[in-house]
Amino acid sequence: MEIHTDHHAPPPLTPKTDPVPPYDKQGDMTDEERVDAAFKGFVKDFGQDVAIHMEACIHCGACAHACHFYQTTEDPQYTPIRKLEPFRKAYQREVGPFAPLMRMLGIDSRPSVEELQEWQHLIYDSCTLCGRCTTICPMGIDIADLVKSARHGMYDAGLVPDRLSKITRNAEAKGSQFGTPEEFIETANAIAAAFNVDIPINKEKADILLTTAPGELEGHHKAFADAGKILNKLGYNWTMSSEAFEATNFGYLSGNRELQKRLTTALIDKAVEIGAHTVLLPECGHAYGAARWEWNLWYEKDVPVKVLHMTEFLDQEVGAGRIKLKPVGNTATFHDPCQIVRRGGLTQAPRRLLKALGIDLIEMKDHGDFGYCCGGGGGALANVRAAPLRHKVFDLKRKQIEDTGAERFITSCGQCRITFERGCQETGWDHPPESLMELVADNMID
Amino acid sequence: MELLDFARGPALTIAFAIFAIGVAWRLSSLLFTPRPHRRAEAREGTPSDAKAFVRGVFSRFIPHKTYRDVVFANHLNAYVFHIGLFIVVFLYRPHILFIEGFTGLSWPALPNTLVYGVGLVTVVSLGVALARRMTNPVQKILTTFDDYFSWALTVLPVLTGLLVVNGIGARYETLLALHILSVCALLIWLPFGKLMHTFLFVLSRGVTSVRLSRRGATF
Repeated sequence: MEIHTDHHAPPPLTPKTDPVPPYDKQGDMTDEERVDAAFKGFVKDFGQDVAIHMEACIHCGACAHACHFYQTTEDPQYTPIRKLEPFRKAYQREVGPFAPLMRMLGIDSRPSVEELQEWQHLIYDSCTLCGRCTTICPMGIDIADLVKSARHGMYDAGLVPDRLSKITRNAEAKGSQFGTPEEFIETANAIAAAFNVDIPINKEKADILLTTAPGELEGHHKAFADAGKILNKLGYNWTMSSEAFEATNFGYLSGNRELQKRLTTALIDKAVEIGAHTVLLPECGHAYGAARWEWNLWYEKDVPVKVLHMTEFLDQEVGAGRIKLKPVGNTATFHDPCQIVRRGGLTQAPRRLLKALGIDLIEMKDHGDFGYCCGGGGGALANVRAAPLRHKVFDLKRKQIEDTGAERFITSCGQCRITFERGCQETGWDHPPESLMELVADNMID
Repeated sequence: MELLDFARGPALTIAFAIFAIGVAWRLSSLLFTPRPHRRAEAREGTPSDAKAFVRGVFSRFIPHKTYRDVVFANHLNAYVFHIGLFIVVFLYRPHILFIEGFTGLSWPALPNTLVYGVGLVTVVSLGVALARRMTNPVQKILTTFDDYFSWALTVLPVLTGLLVVNGIGARYETLLALHILSVCALLIWLPFGKLMHTFLFVLSRGVTSVRLSRRGATF
């Protein structure tokens, strides 16, 4: 295989399909069966928080002003709360204040299969689960989390964008979106050899279980190698596992609960098995959402394992003085990955790292907890059909980045990097983002 | 039985009963809805859930500066009619006397003329809110029957109240009866539609604030 040793080699472009279908279907269910499956899938998520939020909307439309898809198109169909219409209908039918009356009178207000098909575009293509809408809602409704819940029903109904569905099936078959354990070992060894870094795999006992994302195995090879380089330099007892290397969780993104569970428990169980106290996640945003903030969904009680994002790990190591850095001395702007910052609470960690690197940070107009998504989160990057919308968001981000006048453009999520790299390829813009972790790895003092 | 007697008597009693039972039922059904999963371990150093809840309820009264320009006019208008409604309901002397008759509780009132002015501003503000709902493409696409019905039931008591104090349209007793009946309609509908946000904003803001605060994220 070809190993990319430069910073910005993106994974290969996904093939484009033309003409773009308005929706995709999987399986051979009848329309009635799809509606039934979606309805049951929605209902499974009607817990307390969902119920409170489904009841609380005052239809003010403020959420549109926070959504990058509405902001860049001014199309009201992209109003975030509207993306939940089929989910809301199911809620009203099952749990809402008039649900008993509706059931008694035999009123079937379940969403129709046509609505579900139409809403596929809104639930998948035009929502990156970035949660910016949550920050503007006067009622505090967590719309991003509701859209994620709505995807469960859509997945159960076989109404998922085909590309997402294919990735999901691949992950189900091989245990990883990237490939089999053997393919992982072959690729990891090739990258390790190319970068002259020792990458231990399948050690029986280790303190840290390092994980990765397919983007690092397919194109961001330097990021993969640099994670190993940093851990080796720190002298930790660490390993990767060919059975639990995949931090990316397409179950989380597609709405496939079973796959989400399988991928998360593979990491946690492996860490417990080898006595690791830490599962270290790569620079991947939604991996953090799935593994750090939702691992508990699949366990009855706590496990003695901490899940850390690479940015948070590096921040701890630099803060404790175990990593010392050479000053880089440039100006830079930072793209805040939504799942790490707004949804993950790591707003200051990357900023502390940039400061430790001696970088003069010039913030974008919208940044930190209120920064715009790259446009490729929540599975939108893998969803070929979503590309035209994604490009509009890229233009918005590009303007904000250019307006800073910063010399460097840095981020801490591989998916965001790929989204920007694709945008660069499409538009000829020559300002791809750098990885914060790679900057740290490049500037560690011996 | 005169219409006013009916309005003051059984109608108001029944309306209050439906309001109280309805709100209690709606809130308790939400509070007793099980949480399907345990929460993930909170980030070290984050505030307690109770503190995050309370902070969340209050912090969202003012939009973050990032959004102030885009939501300013709408929020300002919302504040005008919400505060206006509060003033005309709770700071108008006849209303305070009416509440005192039931509960024994009393508090200072604002001058009647001022309250009339506030009532007028409230009606205008509600009119602006309706006009925006009917013309703004985003709000139009979200609007349901509940929005219009709730709007009508909110504006009617204020309008009829203004008619009562100005003696316009009918004799005083009839206008007062209609005013009280419009309040009854509002009370009866409140627990079942969007007007329930009177109470739900607390829960809705609180639970999201707790969720994000446990992660160390800003609500």
